[in-house]
Amino acid sequence: MSQLTAAYRGLRIGDRWDAAPKPVRWFGLLLVVAFAYYLPYLNILPFAYIRTDLTPSGSDWASVLFLVVVYMIVAVGLNVVIGLAGLLDLGYVGFYALGAYSIALFGSKSSPVVEALQVKFGLSEEWAVPFAACIPIAIVMSLVAGVILGAPTLRLRGDYLAIVTLGFGEIIRITARNLDGVTNGAAGITQVPTPPGPEIDGRQFFNTIDAERWYWLALTILILIIWLARRLEHSRVGRAWLAIREDEDAAAVMGVAGFKFKLWAFAIGATLGGFAGLLFGSKQQYVEPNAFMVQLSFLFVAMVVIGGSGNIAGVLLGAFLLTYLPERFREFVEWRPFAFGVALVAVMILRPQGLVPSRRRAREFEDRRHEAEEAAADV
Amino acid sequence: MSEPTHGSTVEQEEVVLKDTSDHDEIAIETTGPDGSVLLEVDHVTLRFGGVVALNDVNFQIRRGEILGLIGPNGAGKTTCFNAMTGVYTPTEGKIRFKGTEIAGTKPHKINQLGIARTFQNIRLFPEMSAMENVMVGCDARHKTSVPGALFRIYRQRPKEEELPDNGIRRAFAKVFGISRHTLEERAGRRRSMELLRFVGIADRAHELARNLPYGYQRRLEIARALATEPELICLDEPAAGFNPAEKEDLMGLIRRIRDLGHTVLVIEHDMKLVLGVTDRIVVLEFGQKIAEGTPDEVARNPKVIAAYLGEPDDAA
Amino acid sequence: MDFNNLISGLDRHTLDGITRGSIYALVALGYTMVYGVMKLINFAHSEVFMVGTWAVLGTYTVIGATAGDGLGMVIAATVLALLAAMLASAGTALAVERIAYRPLRKKGAPPLIFLITGIGCSMVLVEIFGQVLRVFFGRPFGRVTVNIPSVLETKTVFTIPGIDLAVSNTRILIIVGAIVMMLALDAFVNKSRLGRGVRAVAQDPDTASLMGVNQERVIMLVFVLGGAMAGVAALLYTVQYDITKFDIGFIIGLKAFTAAVLGGIGNLRGALVGGLFLGLVEVYASAVWDSSWTNVYAFVVLVVVLMFRPTGLLGESLGKARA
Repeated sequence: MSQLTAAYRGLRIGDRWDAAPKPVRWFGLLLVVAFAYYLPYLNILPFAYIRTDLTPSGSDWASVLFLVVVYMIVAVGLNVVIGLAGLLDLGYVGFYALGAYSIALFGSKSSPVVEALQVKFGLSEEWAVPFAACIPIAIVMSLVAGVILGAPTLRLRGDYLAIVTLGFGEIIRITARNLDGVTNGAAGITQVPTPPGPEIDGRQFFNTIDAERWYWLALTILILIIWLARRLEHSRVGRAWLAIREDEDAAAVMGVAGFKFKLWAFAIGATLGGFAGLLFGSKQQYVEPNAFMVQLSFLFVAMVVIGGSGNIAGVLLGAFLLTYLPERFREFVEWRPFAFGVALVAVMILRPQGLVPSRRRAREFEDRRHEAEEAAADV
Repeated sequence: MSEPTHGSTVEQEEVVLKDTSDHDEIAIETTGPDGSVLLEVDHVTLRFGGVVALNDVNFQIRRGEILGLIGPNGAGKTTCFNAMTGVYTPTEGKIRFKGTEIAGTKPHKINQLGIARTFQNIRLFPEMSAMENVMVGCDARHKTSVPGALFRIYRQRPKEEELPDNGIRRAFAKVFGISRHTLEERAGRRRSMELLRFVGIADRAHELARNLPYGYQRRLEIARALATEPELICLDEPAAGFNPAEKEDLMGLIRRIRDLGHTVLVIEHDMKLVLGVTDRIVVLEFGQKIAEGTPDEVARNPKVIAAYLGEPDDAA
Repeated sequence: MDFNNLISGLDRHTLDGITRGSIYALVALGYTMVYGVMKLINFAHSEVFMVGTWAVLGTYTVIGATAGDGLGMVIAATVLALLAAMLASAGTALAVERIAYRPLRKKGAPPLIFLITGIGCSMVLVEIFGQVLRVFFGRPFGRVTVNIPSVLETKTVFTIPGIDLAVSNTRILIIVGAIVMMLALDAFVNKSRLGRGVRAVAQDPDTASLMGVNQERVIMLVFVLGGAMAGVAALLYTVQYDITKFDIGFIIGLKAFTAAVLGGIGNLRGALVGGLFLGLVEVYASAVWDSSWTNVYAFVVLVVVLMFRPTGLLGESLGKARA
């Protein structure tokens, strides 16, 4: 049996990838990235069947790709919190909403906040905070929210963190819905600004029709974020997170400043969530509270865990599957939540370590299973 | 309460932390085992409700020695140990490390002061490799945080031997310097490997800690504690579950740890090991210190013999 | 800010708060017991409650009970509905345990995975009533609010003299029912042999199994008991609010879990204290400020309590009722 698993391990793509010489790996990576950029134009049969716009009611393919990438950013951010630092954050949608609302509140000409600023400083009705300035605002808002939420709660035990963050996500949504004077309440905010760019064919560069440009923008940002996230993971910070996840008390005795690193993880996660929300809000050009239901938080957590928490490739796959599949099978829209539920249970029971577990996790999991089997054999 | 001059003498004995990236030694160098007081348990009493766990316990650990803390089960060894590592705050009395009071200091700060410990029931980071476990220890003396890791800032002009071999990277490093992150990573990896070799488990450096055999795990804990460059290393029953040959090895290891310049505190059940390796021994029974002295003195002490063999009237 | 509203209606608000809190407390029991024994947040428990409300509707439909029936019919319908709800909820809880948790336990999966399968089960249960059953049977299933006949019509039983507070029969049923069930459960866990097993596993699973306590049976037991309590809560809820809906469980579950944490998760009496406390806070705060912020008050109170008492109001322990 162990020989079999060993042989199976020998075939694993991950191991082969590690064993490949560096130029090969770079070339492979380049191919994958190039393919990712080419995806919106994918038109070669049979591959084109993965497109979501084959039926008349299907969703725009490039828009789906954009959403997939935005959720990938979310998943990479949440992976820092859940997968690396081991903190269960069930209110991630709160940061996502904060990012979207930051750009809407400050960048939209029709937001009550901007209108108040116009009146106060005697500015023209066309004035709003420029897009470029909205980015730091969104980042700072979600970062600050992360720190404010994290500072009192990260000292609590893990399970309590789950419920407190869950509450946070709800609070953000309810606030957005109820504060009519600031957020327009349930009506939401329109005219959310888009990134600046040259006008082509009389249209803004980033507009509602040419979704592939949004996709490329988000993809570029995602690649940058992955690059940075990997730097963190393979550093003193990443090791501290793993140590905290493994045994917080022992980590403290070994000189790891647990609270500080947990707060960092939380803040980084919050920032990425906020940034993803900003992209989403800007592409939709419309932000409303109902887009940020608590259930979205569960979807985010599911992306991380189904793919394989702690492993960037895994969480990317998780984000892809959970965003893409429902869009591809849109004709079954009424059945989607049911299918999602069944899939969650089935996948987790068959492959609790996730679809693409980090190799570290996979090994650990096998050991635990052996332990459980041995314990069962003892009885 | 005790020697008021203490704090000032300690200041002069500041340890010299060596950057290990270009040296063979793997541990700190202190000003030597001059017999000055490193840690002081000053008339400590600890009560939990009505239970007196420690009663006016008073002893000192001197720089450069191996001190044994022994006693029968429930004598208060672990309580004493926990008070010394900041877990409990004494009800009365003080515990001072290099003249600074420890009570109320957070565990990671205590480590930074220069105290490291191992755990009686092994507590490694099971999903990290042996090497990574030790690197977490090394990280205690490193500075890189999120900005440093993300943007590779704090660049330093490298020394000749730190330059990479590859031509382009070498030129790059010469012009832009090398980031603190990179230097620390390299130093950490090298030092971790040296420590793993030092405790004798380098052959399985890249295995997950949870997959290591029991004896390896115990020694990995010692390596991880040493990686934090402690002045005082506290070993909590390091020989638990060892066979006589392994105990023999461990005694050698403890002596070598001391020879590197660390002060060692050993809590142990096994009398043979304690008598064989320590310089001095403190004996606790029912929360009180009943004896203190060299292994020979302690071994002959009738109170100690009684404590270990049972009450005299029981024996009679 | 309208403190006058709170003060002038204090008696009424207090009664409202206790009513609401009793239902939270009963649902909270399920979370707290499962947590005490397995250190697991059973996310599907909110749906266990939801299934109970449908069982009540089903019972009324089958025996044809409607508003305005005679006393004998009212009692029979209520008792049958209670039994049906307890049975349905306990069965659902047990099914969730079998399908979503037991296989993972056998494999020794990390805690996070249990949470995900719990969320998955919760979605499946919601969708069974929101989608699957609608396709096969049509109404009343589907994504709409369904009325449940108020078999037990609200009548004022007596008026508390002095403060002139009218107390209705439904209130009495809810509050007395909740307290009786909690006392019974408390007695069961503290006095019976099975209850001792539950406490033993909660304190130290390994030692308990060495002492011959069958851990699997204890786990089944807490799911069944927690489910049955959610069933009671479901009946009481329908008596008070006369509705159900496919996603009714979510917000009640969230509140009940908050109540469990507030009181000290794993602690049975904590669930009661937490539930009543949360119910009162919500009603009072809604009276002073605005009821559209109710959920915000609940969570703010939770955070504040946890900051000062990190293990909840009564501390967390199913093993011993430590204060």
